[in-house]
Amino acid sequence: MGGIVHLEKRTLGWGETPVLTDVTLTVGIGERIALLGRSGTGKSTLLAALREEVEKTTHRAALVPQDLGLVPQLSTFHNVYMGRLDDFGTLRNLGTLVYPRAKDRSEVGAILASVGLPDMLRKPAETLSGGQRQRVAIARALYRGGEVVFADEPVSAVDITQGHHLIEQLHARFSTSVMALHNVDLARAHATRVIGLKGGRITFDLAAVDLTDAQVAELYA
Amino acid sequence: MTAARARKFGLWAFVALSLIALGLSDLQSNRPDPWNTLVALGRGFLTPDFGTDGLWLGAALTVAFALVGVLFAAAVGLVLAPFYANPVVRGFCVTLRSIHELFWALLLMQVTGLGPLTGLLAIGIPYSGIFARVFSDLLSETPQSAASALPRSTPRTSLILYARLPLAWDQIKAYALYRIECGLRSSAVLGFIGLPTLGYLLETFFRQAHYSQAAAVLYLFFALILPVRLWMRWSLTPLYLVAALWLLALQKFPPMGEGALIRFLTEDIVPAPLRNGGELLPWLTKLLETQALPGTLTTVILAQVALALAAFIAIFGFPALVPRVSGRIGSTIAHGVFVVLRSIPDYMLAFVFLQILGPSLLPAVLALGLHNGAIIAHLLGQQSRGLALRPDAPSGLSLWGYELLPRQSGTIWALCLYRWEIIIRDSAIMGLLGLGTLGFFIEKNVQELRLDRVVVLLLVSAALTLVVDHISTRLRASMRLRLGPQSVTT
Repeated sequence: MGGIVHLEKRTLGWGETPVLTDVTLTVGIGERIALLGRSGTGKSTLLAALREEVEKTTHRAALVPQDLGLVPQLSTFHNVYMGRLDDFGTLRNLGTLVYPRAKDRSEVGAILASVGLPDMLRKPAETLSGGQRQRVAIARALYRGGEVVFADEPVSAVDITQGHHLIEQLHARFSTSVMALHNVDLARAHATRVIGLKGGRITFDLAAVDLTDAQVAELYA
Repeated sequence: MTAARARKFGLWAFVALSLIALGLSDLQSNRPDPWNTLVALGRGFLTPDFGTDGLWLGAALTVAFALVGVLFAAAVGLVLAPFYANPVVRGFCVTLRSIHELFWALLLMQVTGLGPLTGLLAIGIPYSGIFARVFSDLLSETPQSAASALPRSTPRTSLILYARLPLAWDQIKAYALYRIECGLRSSAVLGFIGLPTLGYLLETFFRQAHYSQAAAVLYLFFALILPVRLWMRWSLTPLYLVAALWLLALQKFPPMGEGALIRFLTEDIVPAPLRNGGELLPWLTKLLETQALPGTLTTVILAQVALALAAFIAIFGFPALVPRVSGRIGSTIAHGVFVVLRSIPDYMLAFVFLQILGPSLLPAVLALGLHNGAIIAHLLGQQSRGLALRPDAPSGLSLWGYELLPRQSGTIWALCLYRWEIIIRDSAIMGLLGLGTLGFFIEKNVQELRLDRVVVLLLVSAALTLVVDHISTRLRASMRLRLGPQSVTT
């Protein structure tokens, strides 16, 4: 199959307790998948498992985790630059920590401006607001680039207009995406495929256009 | 065994061992009239004389050795920390720190003489091992989220630099600052074996019974170490470092002959029978029987009595630091006393007591007990003030008996067990003052230039520290005691 990642009858969870059972799923190239479901139904678990699988392959993946994974003490520039640490040698990374190159600065600066954070290269991440931090985490994924992005509630802390804009940017950069989304309208607007999670299993997996209001109501009931 | 039973059993074993050790130790005061010395000393403290030549230079050199030695060790520790999980690196670091600074200095002196390098390395080598362990702990205890957001293929060094080091940086700086304070103590004490720091002046003045000058040395030491957190600014570090290196480079010292290092490695420390022909085993057996064994026994006995005294002082002393028990004035006074006791190196304290009380284990017991007891009490007092107590909790000694002591009993155990290893290390060096611990035999052989024996005895001393560290760790585990690195720093 021409998929980027494939799970076959997997039981997923943290440690001993399974969160999701009997998961079979293929993420095809070019798909925009939205994971829906109430909190605690295993969206993050599924994302983590997919990411783990992709890391074993040669496909390049980027990540926007729910807890963002920023280093509060470092500047926004360094937090974004971190997305590509594995592309550069340790010496170069060490040098960048002390004094960033002009080229890297302008590249990262452009990405930060595109997510609505112009002129903030030097600000430590700990001085940013919640919404700004989320944009920095998205910028880190955009800077990294790759074939697929895994994003866990990537726009939960920004307003809806901004949310649409940020997801569009992620989709412009990555041909394939899997996102856990809290907002069904966002999923309908951007996803090609929606997966519903409830009660420890996948309850539906269908094209976004086929998603009915009844299914949504049932999912969040 | 449950944790509660382990603690109960541990308490009885501790009391029994302390009583046995007490029975075995010679604690008689041998000085005919300690009062004469005490009065003369008291007069000296009231009339300190700061006019002596070399006093200010000695103070400056004390700071210089401490700063350069500790910062060098911090840099080495930082480089080693990411590899600390590797058994070879860990074993190397453990060995470095199991040998006391003074012993390192005695050994290094054979190679680098009385020059600045001896002092820097004597502090730098054992501190490197300590820093490596603590920094490794601090790095691994940072939140995982940033590191786990990075691709798995991120190089390890880059990951540590970006996603771990910045998160641990504040704690690393705080710990380094605490170690600079320790470094000042180590640096001063290095004077007792001849390096030009405050300890050297103190010893000289005491031997000449110049108590006003000796008092000035002690006052100056306190003037440096008490406000260390005020003058030690990280932004000023480069300036301090340049000044310290410049000062150290200016010092003149007797030069060592050519090839001192080669001779040291290929001749001096090679066991005598291998050099001159003869049986190795009888040589080793004799050394172990006549020196290592009695030295170790005295070290263990001294450490046990001193630990018991430290625990006693801590348990009955810490409530004095809690305003709800001793009142605001009382706790302020107690705080002052404990600060002085924990700031002065135990070796220096033992030296002063020795001048008053004469040679026996008593001065060393008092010094180790007071110094370590004050450190434990300080930490207990700090935690007690932070305890959330019910609004109608009693005050005074009832609070101590019903709330503080029971709540803190686990911490008391943990701190005492943790200090045990440190007291063992420091008991060994008390021998340099003429008491019969391992240091006595080590110094004797240094003076006789029998460095092969010195190396064997140092290994015995390191092994003793490691054994105690191991037992202490096991005991803490069976009693379910855990201390974060920040709770053992003062």
